[in-house]
Order: sequence, then C-alpha cells, then structure tokens
Amino acid sequence: MKVIVAVKRVVDYNVKIRVKPDHTGVETTNVKMSMNPFDEIAVEEAIRLQESGKVEEVIAVSCGISQCQETIRTALAMGADRGILVECDVELQPLAVAKLLKAIVQNENPEIVIVGKQAIDDDSNQTGQMLAALLGWSQGTFASQIVLGEDSAKVTREVDGGLETVNLNIPAVFTTDLRLNEPRYASLPNIMKAKKKPIDILTPEQLGVDITPRLTTLRVNEPPVRQAGVMVESVTELVDKLKNEAKVI
Amino acid sequence: MTKKHQEIRDAVTQLCTHYPGEYWRNKDREEAYPSEFVEALTMAGFLGCLIPEKYGGSGLGLSEASAVMEEIQASGCNGGACHAQMYTMGTVLRHGSEDQKRMLLPGIARGDLRLQAFGVTEPTSGTDTSRIKTTAVKDGNNYRINGQKVWTSRIKYSDFMLLLARTQPREAGAKPHHGMSVFLIDIRNAEKNGLTIKPLRAMVNHATTEVFFDDLKVPASALVGEEGMGFRYILDGLNAERILIAAECVGDSRWFIERATTYAKEREVFDRPIGKNQGVQFPIARSYAETQAASLMVESAADLFDSGDSCGAEANMAKLLAADASWRAADMCLQTHGGFGFAEEYDVERKFRETRLYQVAPISTNLILSYIAEHVLGLPRSF
Repeated sequence: MKVIVAVKRVVDYNVKIRVKPDHTGVETTNVKMSMNPFDEIAVEEAIRLQESGKVEEVIAVSCGISQCQETIRTALAMGADRGILVECDVELQPLAVAKLLKAIVQNENPEIVIVGKQAIDDDSNQTGQMLAALLGWSQGTFASQIVLGEDSAKVTREVDGGLETVNLNIPAVFTTDLRLNEPRYASLPNIMKAKKKPIDILTPEQLGVDITPRLTTLRVNEPPVRQAGVMVESVTELVDKLKNEAKVI
Repeated sequence: MTKKHQEIRDAVTQLCTHYPGEYWRNKDREEAYPSEFVEALTMAGFLGCLIPEKYGGSGLGLSEASAVMEEIQASGCNGGACHAQMYTMGTVLRHGSEDQKRMLLPGIARGDLRLQAFGVTEPTSGTDTSRIKTTAVKDGNNYRINGQKVWTSRIKYSDFMLLLARTQPREAGAKPHHGMSVFLIDIRNAEKNGLTIKPLRAMVNHATTEVFFDDLKVPASALVGEEGMGFRYILDGLNAERILIAAECVGDSRWFIERATTYAKEREVFDRPIGKNQGVQFPIARSYAETQAASLMVESAADLFDSGDSCGAEANMAKLLAADASWRAADMCLQTHGGFGFAEEYDVERKFRETRLYQVAPISTNLILSYIAEHVLGLPRSF
C-alpha cells in the first residue's frame, strides 16, 4: 500500500502573528516557518502505518514556493520515503490544492491520502474534504484513531458531541485531529539520510491544473484588543451587568 | 540571520521545546541531573554526531556538533549535562585500539554507554597538568591507580571515564609532560574496588564531584595508546572541547539577547516600553554585535578543526570571545530585567550563573590570553 501525505509550510505556531501595514495579509518576511502541526501528525501516522508493515511507501507532497522543499525535508527526516513539490508563486486556495493533489494521486496511485484537518494559517479545513469529493473516495475527517484493515479502515472521528466511529472503504482520504498521535522528533541520522532522499519538482501546468484564486481577500485586521475587566460589588450588580450591558442573560 | 546546518538546528530546537524553563528550574532547585532531556537528546542521535558511521554514529564534524550545542543553549536548556558525551570519546577514537573502539563507540552512538567524565584536574594541579600526582603502576597484567581528582563532572552519570595518571615520575622524563598516560576506566566495576566518588555542591547544577583512587586495579587493556604519551593524546581533545563550549556560549548569548529584547519591548514604565530608551537599547545592540562576531570565530575554528588544520589559537580565541560575549550578554539581560531578573521564574539568574562558568572552565580567560601572547605573538614566556 502507498500513502501520500500533504504538508504545508506555515508560520511557526510559536510566532506572534502581525498583520501587514497594508492589511493584505500577515507578515511572513523574517518569520520562522514550520510544518503545519496537523500535517506533522499526518506524517507521523503514515510512518507508523509503514512501521506496522501495512504500508510500503510514504510520499510527502507540498504545494507552494521553492522553500516548501524545507517542509518536505522535515517530513523526509521524520521517515517519509520521497517528496514531491508542486512549485508555484501564486497564493493557493484549498480548491487549487485539492486539484493539484488529485492530479498527483492520479499519477502515483496511492490507496490512502492523509492530510491535516486544517492549516493553522488560514484555518480553512477544506482541502481534505474537497480532495475526497474530487476523487470520489471515502473520507474520514478529524481522525483521532485510524485502524487500517485489508480494504477498509475504521476511523474514530472527533465530532462536537464526542467520538464517532465509521467504517470506510479504501481508497480513502483521512484528515488528522490533534489527538491522533504525538509526532516524533527527527533524529540526527534521519536528518542526514533525508538529504539524500529525492524530491521531484512539478508545476501546476505540468499537472494540467488551473490554480487561479477563486476568492479575493478584501482586508485582514488584527482582532480587537481585549478590554480590561471590572470588579463588581455584588451578585446583584453582576446579574444586572450580564443582563443589561453584556446582554447575555 | 541564516546559519549553517539549519535543518539540524530546527530539529534540536523542536526537541528543546519539550524542556521549558520550569523543567530546568526544578532540576536546579533539586540539584538533579536532567536525565529525561539527556535521554531524548541521545535517542535522537545528537550526542553521537561525531562518531564515525562505521561505529554507528553520524560521522559529522565539529561544525554540525557546534550547531547542536548552540541551539540547546539558545533554547534555554543546558548542554553542560551531556556535552562531554559528544567529545570525550574523541581521545579513544583517535588514539585507542580497535578493540577499545568496538567496545565503546557503537554503545555511545546507540545511547547504551556513557563516557562523559574526564579526570585530569587535581586539588594541587589545575592547568599545570604535568604536576598531577595520581599514579598508575604496572602490576603484572594490571595497573594499580592511586590518587585524587577534583571537578570531575558527570561521573555519576557515566559508565566509563578517561583518566590521566602518571606512569613515570615527572623528573624521570625528558620533559615535564612526558610520562603521563590515559586510561579508559569502567566505573561500573570500579566503585567497589577502590574508586570513591563524592559530589561537590557548587554554584551551578553541573553534577560535579571529587574522585578518590585507593589502589584501584584496572586491566592493562585499559591503557589508551602508548604508555607515557597521555598528555599529547588529551591535547587535541581540548581544542574540540573549547570550540563546542564556545558554541554553547554563543547559544547562551542569543538566549539572553532574545529575552532582553522581548522584555524591553513589553515592559512599560512611565507609559512607554523601556526599550524606547537608548540606555536600554544600546547594551542589547552591543551584545548582539559581539555575539555575531564571536559566532563567526566559532564557525571558523570549527571549520579549521574539521579540515584537519591546526586550530589551537582559533579554538582558544573562539572560546575567549564567545565566553566574554555570553557573560556580558548575561549581565546586560539581568540589568534589562531590573528586579525581575533576580526572580527564578524568569530563568535569567539561572542562565546568568550557568554562563559564568565559562569564564573559568574548561580553561580560564587568563590562560587563553597567555597562550595567545606566547604562542601567537611570540611574547616572552611568563610561567
């Protein structure tokens, strides 16, 4: 069995985000970039499937600028076998990424695609679902457990009311939630091995995919600054404020 | 700033985020060894980076090893607990027998064996190494060791130690440095047979000890290389040690600068961030410039070492400049934080104490200056 994992290069989760002065987006120059944390979980899950003997090959795919190769190298250092970068300079929206991934799936013929449930930069939570729809495959989203059988998989999903378990036919797309696993550190020997693993570089044109953005971002703003709290004298005053000022009761 | 070996740096930083300030504060308070941190670093293969691939390591150079140590310190962790695991084996690698290498190196690379203690300094002889009094006397197929070492760090967390002992009196050789030998001692068997270890409480949590040898019997196979050549064997290891510790100082310095900068931006006094005052800005800026300069010196010394060129002067200068940069950055960071710098929860006072060590260890600043004066500039010998 072959698995494709998609990895996105995003602003590191430790970085304090700042909006650009012209409000077109967030500042990314001189900012530490890392692999989207949910994608790390996806890579870890793919490697664990490989270590359990159920999977022969793990391919890490990223779409975006040339520096996304660093993100792919991180996946290779964790244990993925090879990488594919679809290189392009334009802003990629979920539908475009889903179409690119579909084209790669058709070239590579994997049985499983694992992606993060969302990226921590735009929080879209769409690519996995769109990819499954475009391919006509089953989808197991927000997975906190994946048990892989011969031609089916049992996926535990984190839904609002608790945990939902579904049985899916393979081929399938899985999207990872936070509790699926704890990703490993890349070890030094594996970092060195990763340097020798191949990364193929393709373009959207080669894959015949139109990546033109469908949505326009009008303006990006900082969230409003949190107001200072007030001390109330009594329960009566609290209830009064909740009722008349905050209007929540 | 893009630095060499970014992928290694990123991996180390990621590992270190699991060991935040609170972890180190607790270890410091309890004078406890950071076993979990050392274990994680070992399992991820970072401490085996200098071991050749044929013995199971990564076969990398001091340049990569320096990147590892620098990032550990820049993340607020303390590599002093285990840096010697990286380089102590170098003496065995360069001068030991094939049997000794096969017995030791793969185990170190896997993390099963620890060789991170080195007994050189004695209560009555520090840098004046030729005056050590610990002796190893040949007795059939064994050596009998008697004497005392001090400031032997991490020996409680080592399976083996390297020991420098006299196999011939100082007066008997052509030069004072002749007649000393290096031994690879299995501590696991030695503690009941004449080896006594006493912890030394110290300003920093460095697991340091006094070690006593009372007729400790070791097999002749414990001798590394040839008898009497020990001083020469330890010398090339010292350059590696100095360069790695210089890299740690650069890392410390970066941590101090980062903390000071963040604090100066956020701390408001008189309705404005304190970082608006040039009296606060300039010391941070100066520290940054000094650290960048020291970092280039460390890089250059490591590259020389890796290409096999002589690097005694560069290793010493890297250590001098980096230790000075980190100590001044420590002072600057404490001053920037004002009273809060003294509060344990800011970690500044702990890192301040830790980086102070490197003005003294593994070689004190004055001795580096005298080395440069005498051996680089050709000034008259002073001692």
